[in-house]
Amino acid sequence: MIQVESLSKSFTLHNQGAAVIPVMRDAELTVKPGECVALTGASGAGKSTLMRMIYGNYLSDSGRIWIGGTDVVTARPHDILALRREVMGYVSQFLRVVPRVSTLDVVAEPLTTLGQEVEAAQARARELLTRLNIPERLWTLSPTTFSGGEQQRVNIARGFAHDYPVLLLDEPTASLDATNRDVVMSLIEEAKMRGVAILGIFHDEDARTRLCDREIDVTRFTPVAG
Amino acid sequence: MIPLLSVNGIEKRYGARIGCKDVNFDLYEGEVMGIVGESGSGKSTLLNCLAGHLAPDHGEVLFATRHDGMRNTLTMSEPERRMLARTDWAFVHQNPRDGLRMGVSAGGNVGERLMSIGARHYGQIRQTAGEWLDRVEIAEDRMDDRPSSFSGGMQQRLQIARNLVTAPRLIFMDEPTGGLDVSVQARLLDLLRGLVRQMGLSAIIVTHDLAVVRLLADRLMVMKGGHVVESGLTDQVLDDPQHAYTQLLVSSVLQV
Repeated sequence: MIQVESLSKSFTLHNQGAAVIPVMRDAELTVKPGECVALTGASGAGKSTLMRMIYGNYLSDSGRIWIGGTDVVTARPHDILALRREVMGYVSQFLRVVPRVSTLDVVAEPLTTLGQEVEAAQARARELLTRLNIPERLWTLSPTTFSGGEQQRVNIARGFAHDYPVLLLDEPTASLDATNRDVVMSLIEEAKMRGVAILGIFHDEDARTRLCDREIDVTRFTPVAG
Repeated sequence: MIPLLSVNGIEKRYGARIGCKDVNFDLYEGEVMGIVGESGSGKSTLLNCLAGHLAPDHGEVLFATRHDGMRNTLTMSEPERRMLARTDWAFVHQNPRDGLRMGVSAGGNVGERLMSIGARHYGQIRQTAGEWLDRVEIAEDRMDDRPSSFSGGMQQRLQIARNLVTAPRLIFMDEPTGGLDVSVQARLLDLLRGLVRQMGLSAIIVTHDLAVVRLLADRLMVMKGGHVVESGLTDQVLDDPQHAYTQLLVSSVLQV
């Protein structure tokens, strides 16, 4: 479902003496449906960079990223938007929200964007917010003022609202208490059972042991200096 | 899939000076495209060329009309273009005074656009106008007041209601939040975003504010000196800018 082939990237900092910083060379990985694969490696090794390249948030210099039948590296913006709507979900550590939009609508939005009825989308949002222990009195408020852990859970609820065949998870269990970490892991397990291909960064070793079928150390994709 | 708008090789010169040059893009239904760049970069010139306010020297602007397939809006007759501007297109000016009739009541400003496409039943026009004032969060008891008695933010919301009442398919916006207080901006942006999503509108938004495009636009074009120097998905252009100018632009934003 996710197939990365000889993927390379460097950043060119035009305003800092046109410094070229190679960050990834010949990255290869495959994630099959129903599989959960963890990216590992020290901070700065390029785990998030690789995730962002797969999501189309960062450009790639060369190589291929196959999501189903679409190559993210060469796809037009229009096709990547469709891919993100229907196929590929991404849960990052940080929630980026519009001021004044209620939590319920933030979570339901991926479904309404796909054309689902507002009622059904909100019912799904309620279900997820309940599971993730977000008190009902907060649902009508914008998550902008929520605590870090609450925002993260809203973010997770949003990421799981639509049943994406591909999920990218950037530290989904960070800054959560034990109860909620367990809820999130159950959500991920259920997604695996449905046949979702999951690629994730998990700093929490328990989460890796419980969820992941394989680990890929991205250090081996790090270009050697000089 | 057929694009709603297809822009090919647009060029506009002011004498020897380049207004904009070699602009090409396709816009699909429901997509919002942002155009950013500093003042003088050609973004407003481009918007005015696309919307038919300025005649470009080269290029074509193809629009998927409801009944007649793809038509070049630059070569269609003036009455046809005016009809398009009243029905399927809308234009939100930076200064609401340019887009509103200041001497006509708020309800009249909204109703007028309905009448221009043939609505005649006074009661219905008034009712629709009332509904739209409500959608843009203007109290219904202000319906008979003139926009000159409104605040800047209210005037801008009224301009949006006037433009959207005929359910256009493409809306051009020139710095829609320029000149408004930050808190008023947030309200307007949220409102615009909701309307665009609910109505499945396509939009082209010119702004110099990167936060505005991050919030509203799916795709982004960066202009400098009349040229498009970079384009792509909004988050990609802002998070992994490739061109020196875009990198400068992104790194110059003050963090709050």
